Parts: sequence; structure tokens; C-alpha cells
Amino acid sequence: MNKLKSIGIVIALCFINAIGWAQDMNSKAEEPTDFMRSEGKLYVVVAVVVVIVFGIFIFLLNLDRKIKKLEKKM
Amino acid sequence: MGFLVKIPVLDGRMQQSVRNLFFHVPMWFCMQTLFTVSVIYAIRYLRSQNPVHDIYAVEYARAGILFGVLGLITGAVWANYQWGKPWSGDPKQNGAAIALLIYFAYFVLRGSMNDIDKRSRISAVYNIFAFAMLFPTIWILPRLTESLHPGGMGSEGNPGLNPNDTSPEMEMVFLPAIIGWILLGVWITTLRIRLQIVTEKKLAHE
Repeated sequence: MNKLKSIGIVIALCFINAIGWAQDMNSKAEEPTDFMRSEGKLYVVVAVVVVIVFGIFIFLLNLDRKIKKLEKKM
Repeated sequence: MGFLVKIPVLDGRMQQSVRNLFFHVPMWFCMQTLFTVSVIYAIRYLRSQNPVHDIYAVEYARAGILFGVLGLITGAVWANYQWGKPWSGDPKQNGAAIALLIYFAYFVLRGSMNDIDKRSRISAVYNIFAFAMLFPTIWILPRLTESLHPGGMGSEGNPGLNPNDTSPEMEMVFLPAIIGWILLGVWITTLRIRLQIVTEKKLAHE
């Protein structure tokens, strides 16, 4: 009887663990899965910085072209 | 001067898109500063008729548009992940887009005239009107309606940034970031101004 009881408790504990594990899985599933939303949306900031760098780069290329035109005239 | 911009990148405190505060928001501060300098030179041109002042006004407006467009694009990227879509018709988004279109018209106006004196004078006057329109479109109207941006109807504070939401550490990074971006904007503008003045001189000598 005592043995049966302890086995029962062990099985019950297994289920508790399983329930806990299932909850773990659930909370994981709620977390955003795509790349941009990972790491606390940090990649959004990266994208924004890339846009700014790109914009300034285009501006500088434009400037470069103008300087080249002036150099040719010299 | 532009190396100051490195500071916000190094800040490793908040693992959140709140960090965009150091990039998206200073774009608009920078745009506002550059347009303000532009209108000052437009007024100076009208008083002095000095063509150099006209060059200053044009190049500051051009750099202002660059930063305005960057602000708009970065805002759209941020909004896509924060508000669900890149363009939600937020009053501030629409207002900023209208303000930029008004400044685009400034360059269309300049391009449409061949007489240099007339072009400079009319575009200087237009610049003043464009600057006057900047205030209702980006500062006043977004405050009067409900907005997703801070400072709309029903939310406290200043549109663009809400001092209550920022920690002292963020302020420490944010303020140098504003100054750094503005200095960067002024610097790249002066590059173009110098180029433009040299080109004009070259043309005058020929």
C-alpha cells in the first residue's frame, strides 16, 4: 500500500512537471518568432540606423559627383 | 564633429526599440534646425541681395529635406513594428509629409525660373512661407487631434518627446545625440555650400 502510494505520487509529480513544461512551451510560443521582433525589437533600431547611413551615403555620393564635375572643369 | 554620433551606438542599456529615440527623433530636431537656419538666410538675402546668402538658404533647405525624408523613412520602419503598419495616417505622419512636400515645391519653384535674381528673390519669399507652414503642420495640428505620437490629444507632454518617459540615463545619451546629429547636418551642409560658392566663383571668372 505504502509502495503503491509512493509510486502514485511519483507519477503525479511527473504530470505536474509535464504541466509545467507545457506552460513553458505556451509562454515560449507567445513570444515573437520573426527576426525583426527578436531580441526585444533591437533589429528595428538596426534597420533605422542602416536607413540613416544609407541616406547620408547617397547624399555624399551626390556631393562626390558634383566635385568630380568641378575638377574636370579646372 | 560628426563623431559624436557614435555615442548612441555604444549605449548598451535598453534592449528595446526605444533606442530609436537616439536616431529617429534627432532627425526631426536636425531638420527643424536646418530649416530655421535656411529661413534666416532667406531673410538676410532679401535684406542684402547678396547671392552667397541665397546659396546658404538653398543648401540648408536641401539638407533639411534630407533629414526630413530620413526621419519619415525611419519613422515608417519603426511604426511597422511598433504600431503594426508603416503608415497609419497618424496626424503627425501626415503633417510631416505635407511639410516636406511644401519644401519640395521650393525646389520645383527654383528649378522653374531662369532669371537668377528673380529666382533667388521669389524663392526666398517662398522659403519664409514654407517655414511658416512648418509650425502648423508638425507642431500645432498633431497636438489638436488624437495621435499615436507622444503629445497628441489625451496624452501629456511635448510632441516628439515626452520627458516623463525617459530616464536620466537616456537623457544623458539623448541630448548629446541631438547635438551630434545637428552638428553632422550643419557640417555636411557647409560642405555643399563651400562647393557651391567655389563653383559660382569659377563660373564668374570664365
